[in-house]
Amino acid sequence: MIEFRHVSKRYPDGTSAVEDFSVVIPSRETTVLVGSSGCGKTTLLRMINRMVDPSSGSVAIDGEDVAHVDPVRLRRRIGYVMQNSGLLPHRKVIDNIATVPMLNGVPRAQARARALELMDTVGLDRSLADRYPAQLSGGQQQRVGVARGLAVDPNILLMDEPFGAVDPIVRADLQRELLRLQRDLGKTVVFVTHDIDEAFLLGHQVVILQKGGVVAQRGTPREILARPANEFVASFIGADRGKRALRVARADGVDVVVDGDGRPAGVLVGTEEDAAAGGPGS
Amino acid sequence: MNYFVGAIRWVLDPAHYPGPNGIPVRMAEQLWYTALTLVIACAIAIPIGYAIGHTGRGRAVAVSVTGGVRALPTLGVLTLVALWTGIGLQAPIVSFVVLAIPSILAGAYAGFEAVDRNVVDAARAVGMTGWQVLARVEVPLGLPLLIGGIRAAALQVVATATLAAYVGSGGLGGYLFAGLQTRDYEQMLAGALLVVVLALVLEGLFALVQRLVVPRGVVAQRGNVRTRPSRSRPVMGDPIEEGK
Ligand SMILES: Nc1ncnc2c1ncn2[C@@H]1O[C@H](COP(=O)(O)OP(=O)(O)OP(=O)(O)O)[C@@H](O)[C@H]1O
Ligand SMILES: [Mg+2]
Repeated sequence: MIEFRHVSKRYPDGTSAVEDFSVVIPSRETTVLVGSSGCGKTTLLRMINRMVDPSSGSVAIDGEDVAHVDPVRLRRRIGYVMQNSGLLPHRKVIDNIATVPMLNGVPRAQARARALELMDTVGLDRSLADRYPAQLSGGQQQRVGVARGLAVDPNILLMDEPFGAVDPIVRADLQRELLRLQRDLGKTVVFVTHDIDEAFLLGHQVVILQKGGVVAQRGTPREILARPANEFVASFIGADRGKRALRVARADGVDVVVDGDGRPAGVLVGTEEDAAAGGPGS
Repeated sequence: MNYFVGAIRWVLDPAHYPGPNGIPVRMAEQLWYTALTLVIACAIAIPIGYAIGHTGRGRAVAVSVTGGVRALPTLGVLTLVALWTGIGLQAPIVSFVVLAIPSILAGAYAGFEAVDRNVVDAARAVGMTGWQVLARVEVPLGLPLLIGGIRAAALQVVATATLAAYVGSGGLGGYLFAGLQTRDYEQMLAGALLVVVLALVLEGLFALVQRLVVPRGVVAQRGNVRTRPSRSRPVMGDPIEEGK
């Protein structure tokens, strides 16, 4: 469990990035921080691994204030996937992935073997292991970033717009991969995005932020969709534009779901009671 | 043109090879002064340059001090130090070190500053200590500019090392001063030619070193446009072109 307690951050140049932010992030679930550019998402995320220290308030992991933990030790047990992949340009893919385990004293051969496994996990061909980051596509680099984040088998995984630089198809692929990973490995994932669809797809809990880190609404995707807390949320999730107000229409004997403008959004195959299955975003 | 042919003939004359005043010995002396100077200058300038580049502090001081030092005429420094230490190797080496330090210092801190700030940030974020960031990220990624700085210094020193003869030490400068005294211009020009040959050899050597020590990923990256600028401060002092 990660707890933000009345956290504020004012940067030395006077920018007030976050003010009095309090949120609890439950363990073994995905919490998504979503909001438009500059609202303080990265700042909040980096407070968890002490890349940013709050000006006031505190951040606690399982009840322990991170301010009392040595930052180097803290960072080595938290996976962090950066907004730009943040790979070391002079190291091969495999060595980038093995960086943190080797810092932790894992023998090189063992760390590299594990790195190869992680490449499978994130869907990277092993033949790319000996390439340098500059020789990879943006999407491949981001996968390497994810693999590096997973390399120490961290309980907590921080992901800052990790799929920003890839096309929609690869992106959907990576999102599916992350859903699977989270389900199988039960990590506490804190995910940052400005894409509300991505937030609803991945998040057990979604925190919608306004400028200055003000929480506009917090809840499950369903709760937010069902009852947007205010105008801002309604407009942010697109409810006001009719994008999410779906209706059922009958066409050729099939129930088709259409949006506010009458454009088809999908096919109705039954109710959830029939399917008796669910999950985040389903 | 006649002088030129004469100088080449002088260089090729077998009589000028044996003995302590022969071409091989003189060239070896010249190289030895250059190498010794570079080692000492590196030992002084690289730690300081790295400290400046890593912490981002003290840069303004370094720029103005090295700027001032660059303006010192080497012959003046040499004479001054020689008045103190007398005839011998100390005075020339001290003045050559003074000549070499600015380029190497600038190469060291400019190399660190050229490292993408996002990469340094990422290295810290995955849990590297300050020393690990320095040794595993900044040093390897800063090498191209550092070597460029050493290369520039080496060329300056190998040419200027002729001044060692001015205070009675050896080196190729011996031919220049002897030639000047006896109006043997062919000998003077021959000495200069030999210096040029040494400079070219050093150039080749540094090109080779650069290829060997610069991390391969950095080379691979060169063709790409950097997504974000590195630290945005303008690079002052002498521009270093090599290895950019
Ligand atoms: N190092 C810094 N110094 C000064 N101001 C900063 C610094 N880092 C961020 N800020 C400011 O703090 C605010 C929040 O920045 P932050 O990076 O947290 O936004 P974000 O929500 O992650 O945005 P984006 O979606 O564009 O990544 C912005 O106004 C930004 O300009
Ligand atoms: Mg951000």
